[in-house]
Amino acid sequence: MPIHDQGYRRYAGRRESHGRTWWVIARAGLQERLRERRFLGLLLLAWAPFIVRAVQIYVASNYPQASFLAPSAQTFREFLDQQSIFIFFVTIYVGAGLIANDRRANALQLYLSKPLTRVEYITGKLVTLGLFLIGVTWVPAIFLLLLQMMFAGDVSFIRANLFLIPAITLFSALQVAVAAVTMLALSSLSNSRRFVSLMYAGIVFFSAAMYQALRGITGSAAWAWVSPEDTFDIIADAVFRLPGRPAMPVPAAFAVVVVLIAASLWILERRVRAVEVVT
Amino acid sequence: MVTVSLDKVSVKYGKQLALRDVTATFPGGAVGLLGPNGAGKSTMIKALLGLVPPDRGEMKVLDLDVRTAPLQIRARIGYMPETDAHIPGMNAVSYVAYCGELSGLPRADAMQRAHEVLYYVGLGEARYRNVETYSTGMKQRIKLAQALVHDPDLLFLDEPTNGMDPKGREEMLELIRDIAVNKGLNLILSSHLLPDVEYACEHVIVMDKGAVATQGPIAGLKGHGGRVFELRVKGDSDRFVEILQAAGLECHATDEDVMRVFVPPSPDGFGATSPNARILFQLAAQHGMQVRHLRPSLPTLEDVFARAVGEP
Repeated sequence: MPIHDQGYRRYAGRRESHGRTWWVIARAGLQERLRERRFLGLLLLAWAPFIVRAVQIYVASNYPQASFLAPSAQTFREFLDQQSIFIFFVTIYVGAGLIANDRRANALQLYLSKPLTRVEYITGKLVTLGLFLIGVTWVPAIFLLLLQMMFAGDVSFIRANLFLIPAITLFSALQVAVAAVTMLALSSLSNSRRFVSLMYAGIVFFSAAMYQALRGITGSAAWAWVSPEDTFDIIADAVFRLPGRPAMPVPAAFAVVVVLIAASLWILERRVRAVEVVT
Repeated sequence: MVTVSLDKVSVKYGKQLALRDVTATFPGGAVGLLGPNGAGKSTMIKALLGLVPPDRGEMKVLDLDVRTAPLQIRARIGYMPETDAHIPGMNAVSYVAYCGELSGLPRADAMQRAHEVLYYVGLGEARYRNVETYSTGMKQRIKLAQALVHDPDLLFLDEPTNGMDPKGREEMLELIRDIAVNKGLNLILSSHLLPDVEYACEHVIVMDKGAVATQGPIAGLKGHGGRVFELRVKGDSDRFVEILQAAGLECHATDEDVMRVFVPPSPDGFGATSPNARILFQLAAQHGMQVRHLRPSLPTLEDVFARAVGEP
């Protein structure tokens, strides 16, 4: 039987309005990753520090002799600092192929020939990575805060440290935004997710090493801006109201973050196109 | 019914002018966009999709302005790109359903239509295989499936038979014809293969060097009032081609030693005009050549194309 005899029906059903396709892209990305056991293992591992901190808070709340373990703003700042290693691995695992794979398979022209804009495409990819990163930063940190309240049986800690909720939210948002946007920008530069992974790891380690070298040579910690990781340390101390003199002005640290995000968005604007014109 | 119209559209890639002052009208049904590689066919399609901004000119697709309503247009269009393209990491049915969702179908409907469309294009049995394991022919079919899944009003097919074996090519052309004739979808078939366009389309727009060389119904363009003769001469056939061209006749050599000559109508001595082969004999005699084979032939799209782009 000729294949065309197997029929084709016209579609008269409902069609969604424009502007929701970013969620279709994000959902597909989330589902694809959640099907992988290896990635689920990484997510579980990323929650290990949460369990340790939960035990610490439980012990401090129930055993007066362990009051030295009582949580403070420092606890939450350190917790988010510890999570940066998982941010690194999750970003590489999820983010490296987000656009690189699409470039390899010439999928950009398929996406952009559908009723969606480049902004929606990028948003969908960012949400995919961003949600996983929020899942290893903001979510466990806020859970810790709730656990503290539950174990202590009162809200006195939260009331005394009310700034912790916006501090955790702001700092997590900055960590997630920088990691997701820079990784997406790098992913748009290549067709190979392996190469993108190497580039990202190289930038993270090289910038940190460069800061240490410059600091050693000049004796000044003001070079922290060359390393995103050290810039985040300055922001974290300020956001969590920790004492100490920052290595560089806090507004300058925020400016570094803004520049990083802006540069990444500029790269994405240049690279995420259905038609690449080489002149 | 006009599906697509372009009015003095120019597109530049850097300094390279890819489309120059293109004015064309695509009627409903199956329309061929014919031209050699680099003629600007794919650029035109990408401009119509809103993927390449024109430097000047107006374009309308399904009565919507490309500049102001690209998303509404793309929701009603299916695009099958020329190059190998797929969404990585998915099996065929997930991929086609995903494309349906991206085009605005609800999730359940997209999945249902993905199954149907995959059967329609002949991939029903292979629909749970990862697309990356598909052969070239299967990849062409799935590109068609993803373009069809949301039931577009207009299909853009860019070189749909590229890389297919003869049987696969025949089936693909059958599908294209079925889509246009029996399913009532409008389609624009971009190809450099004349037989493909001739088989599947009723209208053609011939492009050359970024401009429209000719356009109209294929039957009308073939008619043209003149006649095509197949001709073989004893002697230097290349020189005879030059002689014929110098005499103002359109002529092109074929793969063998036969040339095809278009003879326009001329006075026949009875007060009417008709294509007359006598001039061919006269020219041969004048230049000391013998006509060894002369046969009137039906004009093909190849003749239309050769005339339009001025190919020798």
